[in-house]
Amino acid sequence: MIVKQISVFVENRPGKMAELAEVLYQHQIDMRAMSMAETKDFGILRLIVDDTYKTSTVLKEEGYIFSITPVLAVAVPDEPGGLMHILEVLKDEEINLEYMYAFIARRKDSAYMIFRVEDAEHAKKALVSRGIKLVCQSELSEL
Amino acid sequence: MEHYYHPEIECAPPEKLRALQSERLCAQVRHVYDNVPYYRRLMEEKGVAPEDIHGVEDLHKLPFLTKDDLREAYPYGLLAVPLSDCVRIQSTSGTTGRRVVAFYTQEDVDLWDECCARAITAAGGTKDDVVQVSYGYGLFTGGPGLNGGSHKVGSLTLPMSSGNTERQLQFMCDLGATILCCTPSYAAYLGESIHERGLQDEIKLKAGIFGAEAWTEEMRQEIQKSLGIKAYDIYGLTEISGPGVSFECSEQTGMHINEDHFIAEIIDPNTGEVLPEGEKGELVFTSITKKAFPLLRYRTRDICVLSRKKCSCGRTLIKMSKPMGRSDDMLIVKGVNVFPSQIETVLLNKGYPANYQIVVTREKNSDKLEVQVEMTPEMFSDSIGDLAAREKELVDALKAMLGIYAKVQLVAPRTIARSEGKAARVIDKRNLY
Repeated sequence: MIVKQISVFVENRPGKMAELAEVLYQHQIDMRAMSMAETKDFGILRLIVDDTYKTSTVLKEEGYIFSITPVLAVAVPDEPGGLMHILEVLKDEEINLEYMYAFIARRKDSAYMIFRVEDAEHAKKALVSRGIKLVCQSELSEL
Repeated sequence: MEHYYHPEIECAPPEKLRALQSERLCAQVRHVYDNVPYYRRLMEEKGVAPEDIHGVEDLHKLPFLTKDDLREAYPYGLLAVPLSDCVRIQSTSGTTGRRVVAFYTQEDVDLWDECCARAITAAGGTKDDVVQVSYGYGLFTGGPGLNGGSHKVGSLTLPMSSGNTERQLQFMCDLGATILCCTPSYAAYLGESIHERGLQDEIKLKAGIFGAEAWTEEMRQEIQKSLGIKAYDIYGLTEISGPGVSFECSEQTGMHINEDHFIAEIIDPNTGEVLPEGEKGELVFTSITKKAFPLLRYRTRDICVLSRKKCSCGRTLIKMSKPMGRSDDMLIVKGVNVFPSQIETVLLNKGYPANYQIVVTREKNSDKLEVQVEMTPEMFSDSIGDLAAREKELVDALKAMLGIYAKVQLVAPRTIARSEGKAARVIDKRNLY
């Protein structure tokens, strides 16, 4: 399903990530998935958390710049070709993939991945129609 | 042995010079009053008429001109001759709003060239020299000024303009340049390049004439050592003519002002009051020979000191110190005039907040300009590509406005230090003064 990812602007300087991690810790926010995209001067930390609303309130209060981005959380069969099948669906539907990252879950049968595409609704329908399992926000916490 | 281009002027008894200045000043005030309605109005507002000016001692009665006047009068408002008598314009770097266009008659160009010829001669230049002019040519006065001066001296002139270091070095070696004219930072860069390529024994340079930006005594020592030359400072501004308003001699303790063309005053920048010789204040110039664009009491915003102490070179022309600062917020970066307000205009036009900071540094003798901009929620995007594109757009807009590259650094909100609610806009780490 479509889940909400929080993308946070972080300056590329020593200690900046630690500061952000501390803010999340102080408010007992649990991260389910994360990925960092960086340039020479700054980075974008992409986060999926247990409580998006609370996290965005906290970040706002702390003066962080962030945006909420709709992304797809997908269960990928943990076997050779698992990712390929998903990407083939996107290819067939001519959906452009902007970025993706994997995250760790406690379950062993599936790997889990986040996909950022141009048209999340379109991708969601296409993936579901081809029998690919999407994960919704509430399920993420239980993985 | 000291050489002079115009010994009868450069070494004239001070009273003779002053009499010449007084005579020329009176004629110039009349010329401006009669031909420049803009300045006539300023004189009338101050209640002063040409008849009140009998000599240099009355100069203080005249109203000042500032860069704002030049902007207001752009483009023809301060022109004192028919346009058909003009043969050239030069212009300062900067935006439309801040641009200064100066006009020259053929005589004006000649006298400017002669001022530069005095500078080249003071640096030991003769008709046997090969003068490599690596200042920019075009609207910028650096290239055309030294080019003209070199012609007057009769030296072989290499009109290189700036940039293209490989070609600079090739001509310098192959044609045996003996005098180099460029910005001090470019001279330092050329020095490094020469050492990197092991060309020390190939060059024949003996002197350099460096200006258009501030440089320290340490930098002079470094350049002199690196290039094996004597490095001379030169000063000027487009409003008054260009380089050669003043120039250094072998004593290297300040720049002799070409007083037969320009009268210098030092004023208190806050009150406008004229300060006695030796006191530090804002430098003001009155152009007493130029016909097309004769500015009277133009405030340069450069802070310096004047001295009539006897000079070992034999010149009697008054000397000005290297500028020690500015009485406005103008920065000179890579020889280009930059106002923080120009950067602010670009940011606001592009929808950025006015929370910014300008950081100027000098790395390996080359100026670097960085503009730090606080990120806002509106500007932010989850896509690195979008942010990079926005950054590029801003870099391009700044380049169009300033004429030079400025690095853009996006920083987190509230990271730019504010004092008393007002941000310190400029951090100049170059220690120029």
